[in-house]
Amino acid sequence: MEYVLIFITAIFVNNIVLAQFLGICPFLGVSRKIGTAGGMGAAVTFVLVLATIVTFLLQKYVLDPCGLGYLQTIAFILVIAALVQMVEIILKKVSPSLYQALGVFLPLITTNCCILGVAILVIQKDYSMLQGVVYAFSTALGFALAMIVFAGLREQLEFSKVPKAMRGMPIALITAGLLSMAFMGFSGVDGGLKTLFGLN
Amino acid sequence: MNNSIKYIWNGIVKENPTFVLLLGMCPTLGTTSSAINGMSMGLATTFVLILSNLIISLIKDYVPDAVRIPCYVVVIASLVTILQMLMQAYVPDIYATLGLFIPLIVVNCIILGRAEAFAAKHGAVDSICDGIGIGIGFTLALTLLGGVREFLGTGAVFGQVLQGEDFGMLMFVLAPGAFIALGFLIALVNKIKK
Amino acid sequence: MESNLVNMVMVLCVIAVAAALSLAIVNAITSTQIAKIEKDNLEKGIKEVLGANPEDSLDVEEIHDSTSTFVLYKTEIGIAVKTQSNGFGGPIEVLVGFAPDSTICGYKILKHSETPGLGAKAGEWFQRGNKGDIIGKNPANTSMTVSKDGGDIDAITASTITSRAFLKAVMSAFDRIYGSTHETSDASTQEKKGGKQ
Repeated sequence: MEYVLIFITAIFVNNIVLAQFLGICPFLGVSRKIGTAGGMGAAVTFVLVLATIVTFLLQKYVLDPCGLGYLQTIAFILVIAALVQMVEIILKKVSPSLYQALGVFLPLITTNCCILGVAILVIQKDYSMLQGVVYAFSTALGFALAMIVFAGLREQLEFSKVPKAMRGMPIALITAGLLSMAFMGFSGVDGGLKTLFGLN
Repeated sequence: MNNSIKYIWNGIVKENPTFVLLLGMCPTLGTTSSAINGMSMGLATTFVLILSNLIISLIKDYVPDAVRIPCYVVVIASLVTILQMLMQAYVPDIYATLGLFIPLIVVNCIILGRAEAFAAKHGAVDSICDGIGIGIGFTLALTLLGGVREFLGTGAVFGQVLQGEDFGMLMFVLAPGAFIALGFLIALVNKIKK
Repeated sequence: MESNLVNMVMVLCVIAVAAALSLAIVNAITSTQIAKIEKDNLEKGIKEVLGANPEDSLDVEEIHDSTSTFVLYKTEIGIAVKTQSNGFGGPIEVLVGFAPDSTICGYKILKHSETPGLGAKAGEWFQRGNKGDIIGKNPANTSMTVSKDGGDIDAITASTITSRAFLKAVMSAFDRIYGSTHETSDASTQEKKGGKQ
């Protein structure tokens, strides 16, 4: 039940993009078409879960025992960068079709702050390995959901008449604001679920 | 001397990272719930930006092309960690409010972007000026956005109450307000530029 | 510059070593200061929440149970308890002081990540004279929940989740010391297990 709670909270209540402001760059940058938004979402899901597992092990079995907590940021970002490269190389060899679909997004992911952000959050929240993986997976799904919904809105936006100064980024940001407001409707759902599951 | 002023001015106005280049959106939206938070985040980023520009412009001739990016990332990540420790030790209150966004300066595209686009091609002094310019531009943008949100949300700016508490539209302090306020500010900048 | 294996490995190693060294140095300089700030904050906090200067020797006791950690600072004029619960944006760490007759004589939020302008107001909201005043109340005969849940405390405007979490932390601290519920026996068996922190 606890995992269901983490799952729902991470997707809807604390949506990584719309409530926590992580991963805004790809959210604004590659959301012109639903197809590319979906591809980015899939790539992030894949890398985020992998990165969370690796950084979790790194923190618990290397940094913590050695008392090197202050190397967290530097170690995590290097691991994530290396991981992304590796995924790219392996994917190219093993599954060219998947590489075709996700390949272009992979290099962009290293500087996607939701990867590093989630890796650090999992440690900060003191999650166990399994909790961390569930959290990372659902956060990524939340990211994909926000991307796809937003891309759908932007496709429609192409056809509407927008004042000159508002064209492009400004109107996209305001749309994102309205979307974020819609997601605020979910706040409190987690509290209700907690009561429902008797976790209080 | 003339050059330095040109680079600084360029960073603040012509290539303003927030309003013109549209870079570093995560901290821009995430930390601007009040003017003071926006300003602290801007200054923290400026600190890293100036030093990373300086160090990278100094080591650029010794770094092989193939490992350029990893080297830059290590430099930036170390600077961010140093900043993180200094803030924790000397300004713990600000550190607590900015929280996760401090380590995330590492993945702020402005820093790596300036390292690649500017510091890797220019000398130390010019790079510092570019860092100062872009840093000030970013800080001003964040302070402005934070001020607007704080005023619309709570009726105060920098904690100084200008309008009564009933004035505030809470939404502007919350997540949706960040997107909407920034959208309108960029539209305003577009309008003025024309 | 041309890349070959030798200079690539060399440069990366040199930079990595330089980075690690500089971090180690800064860490050595700042770690004492960081620890000192935390200690100072705690000592100041204990003075603040107990409302008077505590007699010098503090008896400190740590209790861990399945969900939270409690640190008790026992003094002659009352007990200060440090505990935490989950708020809206993350864990809230609260230090709350109880007089010997179990009335609340003060509290201080040590750490939080609540929304600025909303949940972050918890630091003042529940202080004496403010809307959600809990000072001087005795949890033994007051219903320490927000009025929305049928309790006696006014929640922070638009921050019910933070208010609930705060009151939950205060209540769990009260239950831990004055042991009103069955939870005490449950926890004492787990006391020695060692906590997460």
